[in-house]
Amino acid sequence: MTVVDDFAQGAVRAPISACPACAAAPSAERIAAMRADRDGRIMLSLPLAHCAACIQTVEGALSAVPGVRSARVNLTRKRVSVEAAPGVTPAQLIAVLAGDGQEAHELDPGLLSSTETDRQGRDLLMRLGVAFFSMMNVMLLSVAVWSGAEDATRDLFHWISAAIALPTVIFAGQPFFKSAWASLRVGRLGMDVPISLALILASSISVYETWMSGHHAYFDAAVMLAFFLLLGRYLDHRTRAIARSAAEELAALEVPRAIVLVDGAEVETAISLVIAGDTVLVRPGARMPVDGVVLTGASEVDRSLLTGESLPVQAQPGTVVSAGEVNLTGPMTLRVTAAGKDSSLHRMADLVAVAEGTKTRYTSLADRAASLYSPLVHILSFSAFGYWMWATGGDVRYAINISAAVLIITCPCALGLAVPAVITSASGKLFRKGLLIKHGTALERLAEVDTVVFDKTGTLTMGVPEPVALADHPPQVLALAAALAAGSSHPLARALADGAAVLGVQAAEVTDLREVPGYGIEGQWQGNLVRLGRADWCGAEAIAQTATYLALGGQTHAFAFTDRPRPGAAEAVTALKAAGMTVELLSGDAEAPVRELAERLGIANWKAGVLPAEKAARVADLSAAGRRVLMVGDGLNDTAALAAAHVSISPATALDAARVASDIVLLGQDMAPIADAVRIGRQSARRMVENFVISGGYNVIAVPLALVGLATPLAAALAMSLSSITVSLNAMRLK
Amino acid sequence: MEILAILIPVSLFLGGIGLAAFFWAMKTKQFDDPEGDAQRILTKEFDDKPRQ
Repeated sequence: MTVVDDFAQGAVRAPISACPACAAAPSAERIAAMRADRDGRIMLSLPLAHCAACIQTVEGALSAVPGVRSARVNLTRKRVSVEAAPGVTPAQLIAVLAGDGQEAHELDPGLLSSTETDRQGRDLLMRLGVAFFSMMNVMLLSVAVWSGAEDATRDLFHWISAAIALPTVIFAGQPFFKSAWASLRVGRLGMDVPISLALILASSISVYETWMSGHHAYFDAAVMLAFFLLLGRYLDHRTRAIARSAAEELAALEVPRAIVLVDGAEVETAISLVIAGDTVLVRPGARMPVDGVVLTGASEVDRSLLTGESLPVQAQPGTVVSAGEVNLTGPMTLRVTAAGKDSSLHRMADLVAVAEGTKTRYTSLADRAASLYSPLVHILSFSAFGYWMWATGGDVRYAINISAAVLIITCPCALGLAVPAVITSASGKLFRKGLLIKHGTALERLAEVDTVVFDKTGTLTMGVPEPVALADHPPQVLALAAALAAGSSHPLARALADGAAVLGVQAAEVTDLREVPGYGIEGQWQGNLVRLGRADWCGAEAIAQTATYLALGGQTHAFAFTDRPRPGAAEAVTALKAAGMTVELLSGDAEAPVRELAERLGIANWKAGVLPAEKAARVADLSAAGRRVLMVGDGLNDTAALAAAHVSISPATALDAARVASDIVLLGQDMAPIADAVRIGRQSARRMVENFVISGGYNVIAVPLALVGLATPLAAALAMSLSSITVSLNAMRLK
Repeated sequence: MEILAILIPVSLFLGGIGLAAFFWAMKTKQFDDPEGDAQRILTKEFDDKPRQ
């Protein structure tokens, strides 16, 4: 498909840029490519949607927007897909949903389309359906044989069973045959080798027995085996598919668009099409899409995601900015120095990819079980064959029958379900609480955690300022501040205006309001100049906290701000400590705000002004001391630590790089689910071990029976279905 | 026992209908949003077929 697409695009583009001059200039061709990027389909992620009322609210609100043709919520994936006229922007829809109390994030439909059509999953489901159909029909006939059908009737039933079972085994067994063949070719004994062997041996022996009018045929065992193993395989696939689509969805969360200035016109462009040397416009409130140098405009930038500092930094022409920083006050144009894969953000993400490799070396419980199981089963089956050949004096039919019975009975129906059933049940539970499990072994690793390291800005806090003790200021000062703050969109000004509104402050009458980007806002009040903004601009003495200053005549006032803790942060910390974990706080921010938060949340071990490398080093030190660390962070300065930790969690508002590096993503704003995640992780690890014990227990009883030649098809069917059902029920006990 | 000649084909045929229905349901994307479908029956809006 991709080859065809590329070719088609090339064919369309080639004629337009036929003349060399056009290719050099910012041509119509590029603008067309930039515009073509926008189609009528918009995808939004809805982390909080969970009920019928949410579906109605979202679909109703979106359908009411002019230009929207249809909106359909998918609650399983927590997203809504909207068909709309080209003029409708995602930002507009997000604002509409926010008005109805639904948090929404834009997703990139281009990236998502690949996860939408889950071919492999559907293929497995189809085979599962066929296996189920055959299992039921063959079982119907087998029950008749077990309850005493004789002679011609028995043979007829066996023949009908064969007619149903053989095509089923051939069709439904393909995933196992393929992977067994692949592992044999590289000279390994995978889990699928004994499975395939059992399927083939059971079917062929049964055909032979039927031909010879034998008493026992294992057709029911063969299809049942195929069914239960496919079920395990399907659950496993679904977990993986969810993890993969989660990773892609997160990559898509931050939709890569930039506003490029082409001959003075603003063109919204996919970031992959921006090249070094372009001029990009960054509006206030937007994130820098690229690395660059400021050409025009003055503003303040928020670097908290990159460094953890909560104080904004001033930017003016000539200032170097990196992708990921947020422009706060005034519009700026940047000359792009590096975009996309070359930007500093991406280079960081590459480093993370290297660190990620170490995590995949973790051997999961399932791997350990399989590496024990596979050789053992082969040895058992072959020695049974050898022994009975010797004992019966060369009766091949009898010996093969026994070794097939051993293979069928030991076949890991329950083993194949033990882990997938638990993971499916646990990740479903966590997803409903707003946690996305990205990595298959994340739950097992989470169960081993004994130390939790938190980042501050954006993780334990919202990254949104909140005025401190606002009511303590004189009313007149407050009234002036409220009036000035209302005229600016700077986060501090907005927080101040909101705070004043909550207190019911009547704004003073200030005229000639004028915002000075990068400095603050000023106006005239009763013939005097009043200013609200940076300390140096207002002529005030800067205080240690995040603050904005009011200048009135010769007097100045400081309004201090603190970062609001995330909802549920205190609960999460308390619950984690109650679960016996050591909690630490490492922040790149200044000492005062870090100490304040640590005391508020009751974290005794905290450190301020920590550099990114020091965070990673601290995590590495803890790991070296035998601790299993859970790292929770959101910024670029946390990514190395996230990747180095035993398991890691990041909020959905985190930077791409941080989310890529972490195993679990917190979709909503509430922190409390983190404690649940640890609890559920511990529970599911326990359930997995229990499941292995259960399926092992069945084998301990059944294998000796098979070895001495007492196992009948009925016993095999009982052992198989009972163990599979017990294991699945045990997995569902998760709370 | 002659009744078997009728009953077995009938049971296979009925099972086959079930299998065909399953195939049809899967081809028409009925399994894409199980949770949403479970919740949608609670809404008053009538929705006679899944939108694509």
